[in-house]
Amino acid sequence: MDPADIPSLPRGVRVQRDTVRETWVLLAPERTVTLDDIAHAILSEVDGKASFGAITARLAARYQAPEDQIAKDAAGFLGALRDRRFLDVA
Amino acid sequence: MTAPRPPIAMLAELTHRCPLACPYCSNPVDLARQDAELDTADWVRVFDEAARIGVLQLHLSGGEPATRRDLETLVKAARDAGLYTNLITSGIGLTQKRLAALDAAGLDHIQLSLQGTTPEMADEIGGYRGGFARKMQVAEWIGAIGFPLTLNAVLHRRNLHQLPRAIEMAVEMGARRIEVATVQFHGWALRNRDALMPTREQAAEATRIVQEARLALKGRLVIDYVPADYHSDYPKRCMGGWGSTGLNIAPDGAVLPCHAAQTIPHLTFDNVRNRSLGEIWQNDPAFNAYRGTDWMPEPCASCDRKTVDFGGCRCQAMALAGDAAATDPVCVKSPLHGILQARADAHAAAEAPLVYRAAPGKVTAEPAE
Repeated sequence: MDPADIPSLPRGVRVQRDTVRETWVLLAPERTVTLDDIAHAILSEVDGKASFGAITARLAARYQAPEDQIAKDAAGFLGALRDRRFLDVA
Repeated sequence: MTAPRPPIAMLAELTHRCPLACPYCSNPVDLARQDAELDTADWVRVFDEAARIGVLQLHLSGGEPATRRDLETLVKAARDAGLYTNLITSGIGLTQKRLAALDAAGLDHIQLSLQGTTPEMADEIGGYRGGFARKMQVAEWIGAIGFPLTLNAVLHRRNLHQLPRAIEMAVEMGARRIEVATVQFHGWALRNRDALMPTREQAAEATRIVQEARLALKGRLVIDYVPADYHSDYPKRCMGGWGSTGLNIAPDGAVLPCHAAQTIPHLTFDNVRNRSLGEIWQNDPAFNAYRGTDWMPEPCASCDRKTVDFGGCRCQAMALAGDAAATDPVCVKSPLHGILQARADAHAAAEAPLVYRAAPGKVTAEPAE
């Protein structure tokens, strides 16, 4: 993921609250990914407008964490979603 | 036994009616009649119950689910209940207008089956003339609306050579995923082993093609692969473990741990007309019969793979070993493994006409010439 990349959830992929298991999940075609707090925080910033750089800057500010570490974690998570076709990157 | 974890996925077999007659159909040989099918209100209640016990993924299947006239209503009800809705279809029975209505109802995803990559192959396997052309038209409409699409190519000895083209077609259709599924021998397929069993060489070639395509298409097309079962050394992790993640509702409302469970003669199944889904999931003896690992005999009980594959498929153990609690004969540790491998090679070398799936409530069709 480059700072200028703009990630978005494609049609048929959505974040939903699982009220039975009391967790957030990513629902995708025939697949469900359980989201931990970090993963949920990252996806909450993915709106199809914000760039990857803007997303990591916002997360770094909100969680008072080093931005390079956040960028590394977020790139790993979002890259894995992209490989599974759960994430579009423009 | 501790309370089971909530199920994640539910397969709703809305009907056993289908315009196609694929000889590997996973529906039971004893098909449910139309007048036995659950009605709209029953299904809506079941979807609601499913969501409340933790189901997230709903697979609307059949038969051909598009033969249900209330499909659009059912999709909307499932979405309203919070379920992710996946339509598993041959495409036959879907029109542009119905697809638009399904879009408006909130359908999340479509899985389109592929019987072959040419009209000659597809129409012969499906037993339905013109089916391939119709399917290609439906794929175009699906793409125009923008539904996420998975192509499901079912492969066997007669069409395995078409695998490279099937993968190309998935890319051309804009599918995000293709499921490359070698026929599993349950239901009608069990009657067609001489006609459909792939050779050992074909099975190995398919694995090679899939591995290469995965690398070449990384990030563009996801390839899920179901290898040839009889030629494997370890059995499949059937249903992710019996009664652990998913359940299946038959057209008449019977609640099954898997779609083939009715082939295990000593099990009886409860019905959504009589009891709530939650109660059935938690307490039904059929679900508890092979849940976890306590039921396992040797060699499964002491095997380090017992929570990897749960001893394989119970229905296959029933069909091939005559005992649903036996180790799946696919497994190298099964005393029947050698016999099964020899039988697989014999099936692969045999010649036989296709035995087509019958229509519900009618007599079995004679083998086609």
